[in-house]
Amino acid sequence: MAMINKSGIKDKSVNNKEVVIELEHLKKTLGGNEVLKDINLKVYRSETLITLGKSGSGKSVTLKCIVGLMMPTDGKVNVLGEDVPNLAIKELRGIRKKIGFIFQSGALYDSMSVRENLEFPLVRHEKLSGDEVENRVKEALADVGLEKSIDTMPSELSGGMRKRIGLARTLILKPEIMLYDEPTTGLDPATSREISNLILEMQDKFKVSSVIVTHDIECAKLTADRIVVLKDGVFAEEGSFDELQQSEDEFVRGFFQ
Amino acid sequence: MIRFFQEVFKPPYELKEMFKQFFEIGNKSLGLVSVTGFIIGFVLALQSIPMLTKFGAVSLIPAMISISIVREIGPVITGLICAGKIGSGIGAELGSMKVSEQIEAMEVSVTNPFKFLVVTRVIATTLMIPLLIVYADAIALLGGFTALNILNGQSLQLYFSTVFSTLSFADIIPSTIKTFFFGFAIGLVGCYQGYNASRGTESVGIAANISVVYASLLVIILDMVAVQLTTIFV
Repeated sequence: MAMINKSGIKDKSVNNKEVVIELEHLKKTLGGNEVLKDINLKVYRSETLITLGKSGSGKSVTLKCIVGLMMPTDGKVNVLGEDVPNLAIKELRGIRKKIGFIFQSGALYDSMSVRENLEFPLVRHEKLSGDEVENRVKEALADVGLEKSIDTMPSELSGGMRKRIGLARTLILKPEIMLYDEPTTGLDPATSREISNLILEMQDKFKVSSVIVTHDIECAKLTADRIVVLKDGVFAEEGSFDELQQSEDEFVRGFFQ
Repeated sequence: MIRFFQEVFKPPYELKEMFKQFFEIGNKSLGLVSVTGFIIGFVLALQSIPMLTKFGAVSLIPAMISISIVREIGPVITGLICAGKIGSGIGAELGSMKVSEQIEAMEVSVTNPFKFLVVTRVIATTLMIPLLIVYADAIALLGGFTALNILNGQSLQLYFSTVFSTLSFADIIPSTIKTFFFGFAIGLVGCYQGYNASRGTESVGIAANISVVYASLLVIILDMVAVQLTTIFV
């Protein structure tokens, strides 16, 4: 289990070495532009991996390839032992049930209340009674500290609240893997820290394996077991927060200044 | 369109969302359709009275209004209004969902967004727009009566007995059947434009705008085809 040390930085040791996500020579071309050139990556069970990189460097594309929202131009994407690009739609949906995806914008359904947003995945995947659904929704909202917002509409929520609700909606299905696409973007430093702490709490509570794409170095410092830096379509460097802070590569060091 | 027919018969049927769309598309358009329907009938009668009075044919006005409204004016004008209100609404709604990653969120939460968003809306427009058009026809006939009553003192009984004795199934059935195609086209165009909106807020406006233009154009083209077919077969 990942622990937080005295300096607030997570212990980088990964006790369990079971690989849950494996990318091999992943390539993705979008509009004639080769965004991902040769991505090789392993994510282990219960670890939190941070992906750093410039805007437009393909971090989000990597996440979308993992969950099958985008298909790679070439290479392998293996998630929980399944070859994602070659799965039939029914099998792909089976894998997606085990993956939670937090979008940059929160991606709450605008036409539904918070309650309906949380019920939406639940009633589709689990046969539960009305009371059980209600309890699960309340429990998920309590986890993110927003029990009182159950009957509000997404348009009435602040950016930070939307991200918390997005997190609750994803965690309500108890996924094995969490993918976060810039979870703290657009938030003030205090709210960003709250979200980072919330991610950390959820990591420790649910023991999920996580990949977090971010520019937020504070978020990376708080949550990372391991960090990879994406540069020109390949992972330029990999290591702990402290190791990458001392990197000889100026590009890598640039993220930590 | 092919994907719609592939998905429409497969479970789950998303009935809750479908009934929600019936309400959104049908009930929420009633006000606009009522006002425009009444004005169409009222103005048609108002324009016809002076001309037909010259020829001593005032008694033919109810028959003329009923034929014009039921066969052409009611379906086409209400279809165009629905293309504007409903087509643009669907295009903008799905476009904004696409831009704000809600459609992708639905996909990763193992819900078929095409079925949940597109199939339900296309079915709703296909079934509700004909109802709106029939309703608009009735309100337009009432508008025609109001004008005739105010200007010529026409009685309600005489007006509607003339209207109903003039209309035959050959007037009502083909013009009602074509409205299902109007509804299908409006729903399909709105959904297609919204669902395939490219990234960026600008694309939401473009999706709404193109939905109106294409849906209106399709209503007119389908009406022309329907008139030709009616002429051949009826």
